Amino acid sequence: MFNVSAKQLTGVGVFLFAIFVGVPLIIGATGRWDFYFTLTSVALLSIASAGVWLTFYIGRINIGQGAFALIGAYVSAILVVKAGWSFWISLPAAGFFAALVAILIGIPILRLRGVYFAMITLVLTQVVTLTALALPITNGAKGMSSIPLPSGVSLFGIPILPDFAGMENTKLAFYYTACILMIVTYAALYRLVNSRLGHLCRSMQQNEELASSIGVNIAYIRIVIFAISSFFGGIGGAMFGSIAQSVYPSSFQVVDSVNFMLNCFLGGLGYVFGPMLGTLVLYFGWDLLFEFGKYQMLIYSTVLILIIRFLPNGLLSLRIGKGGDK
Amino acid sequence: MSPLIQVKNVTKKYGGLTANNDISFDVAENEILSVIGPNGAGKSTLFKMISSFTPTTSGEVLYQGERISNLKPHIVARKGVVRTFQETTIFKSMTVRESVVVAQHLRAKASLAGYFWGSKTAKEDVTAFGEYADELLEFLGMSEISGEQATNLPQGSLRALGIAIGLATDPKVLLLDEPFAGMNHDETMRMVDLVRSVRDERGVTVMLVEHDMPAVMNISDRIVVLNFGEKIAQGTPSEIQNNEKVIEAYLGSADDEIGM
Repeated sequence: MFNVSAKQLTGVGVFLFAIFVGVPLIIGATGRWDFYFTLTSVALLSIASAGVWLTFYIGRINIGQGAFALIGAYVSAILVVKAGWSFWISLPAAGFFAALVAILIGIPILRLRGVYFAMITLVLTQVVTLTALALPITNGAKGMSSIPLPSGVSLFGIPILPDFAGMENTKLAFYYTACILMIVTYAALYRLVNSRLGHLCRSMQQNEELASSIGVNIAYIRIVIFAISSFFGGIGGAMFGSIAQSVYPSSFQVVDSVNFMLNCFLGGLGYVFGPMLGTLVLYFGWDLLFEFGKYQMLIYSTVLILIIRFLPNGLLSLRIGKGGDK
Repeated sequence: MSPLIQVKNVTKKYGGLTANNDISFDVAENEILSVIGPNGAGKSTLFKMISSFTPTTSGEVLYQGERISNLKPHIVARKGVVRTFQETTIFKSMTVRESVVVAQHLRAKASLAGYFWGSKTAKEDVTAFGEYADELLEFLGMSEISGEQATNLPQGSLRALGIAIGLATDPKVLLLDEPFAGMNHDETMRMVDLVRSVRDERGVTVMLVEHDMPAVMNISDRIVVLNFGEKIAQGTPSEIQNNEKVIEAYLGSADDEIGM
């Protein structure tokens, strides 16, 4: 199960080198420090997109990841600001809380298939936004602002994580943190997809009836997958809130949920690393089209439609078509 | 010896329509039992109730004395009663071998987390799944097509794949839904031999729903006949062939067919 080819290993090595050494060097040379924030965003959004991709893997179209990102962001912010927790403990807590909410919501709605499930998830983001506006603990429309930067962590007096507030270059620190989180997420996702759980997901995606006839508890697996998916959403959202040092009900909106889904489509639903590429291309693509002013949306939408029409298996299918390894 | 499966007074109503009315019969261990009847007689509904794909309105199905109706399909499968489907119900984008490997879910010893971390038991499972898949495909004469995508298979092979997926779960009872439909005479005879060897060599009790009368008469130990949701006869193939009610039910439908 661990048989990784030399080619794959090289690919991973080049990728890691590029993001941890290459990007900082280039940014240092060009002086485009704003790129750190862009790339950090891409890394975090691609974590949330990874979750959406996973729900696609059991044959469900999930347009509700924004809801779980928002939940994650609020949970982390509240724990840090109001309960005085360390950010590093609030981060997994945010993920687990999002997963818990996903389990509660998922039990009734995961029975639905196709467009019906998609429609319900589309509403989720709005529901969470309205809830955040209404609850006292989330400060309503004012949101949570001036969230302290992650503090240092030390175990038995040995510093493990530095104090972000005392740093000269928090942008770089956040960039590294986001990249590490993204890599851990995708490594876990890759492993999951290639383990038995992934095989069962594939069987469910292709035929739920047949899957249950061979003894797969499809209801249970659907819930597990939706919980993992939302965990990723919660983590991505929490990290985002920490970087922006603020969370508002509008931090993640329906359009973000739709973008998470588009990232998966664009990168390719058949490839684990599809959503990562999709997020990068979509995020930068939108920014690049800024020059076209009022035509930005028109061009953007047209290009998306063309890509989905002519590359239904996503951008990564191009690489496979050229005879690259999978 | 007590019967392996007991169908007791099973009734299924869809609104005002009665699909199955008070049906009772037993299936003995190591038997091949066919359920036949004209279109719309309620055969498929009966199968769905036995495998818990649909709940009964009243009555129950027992397996080794335990109720298996009105549960969830995967729980019934875990107990050893597994159904197959008609040819369109397959894992489309998996190869034959992948389908058979994934279908061995119930044989897994390691937990899902164990597979994620790659525990020792999980690795042993993976090896065992592969070996068993190869053995099963050889037994079914499908070794040559083991690498084929399911969507590329001809109809006859799809049925065999359905049976392979069912067998991979290591069932005690296999319910086959129209295993001979759409096959020519030679294919049907090959499939008859295959089903018989599943019973003889693997000790699997087989129930099947089928329209192909010559095949049913050839393969079955006993036959249950349904018409308009009622059981009208049961017995050995020769008893059924000479049963007046059965002849009446089928002559009616034969007239309709001539009318086409």
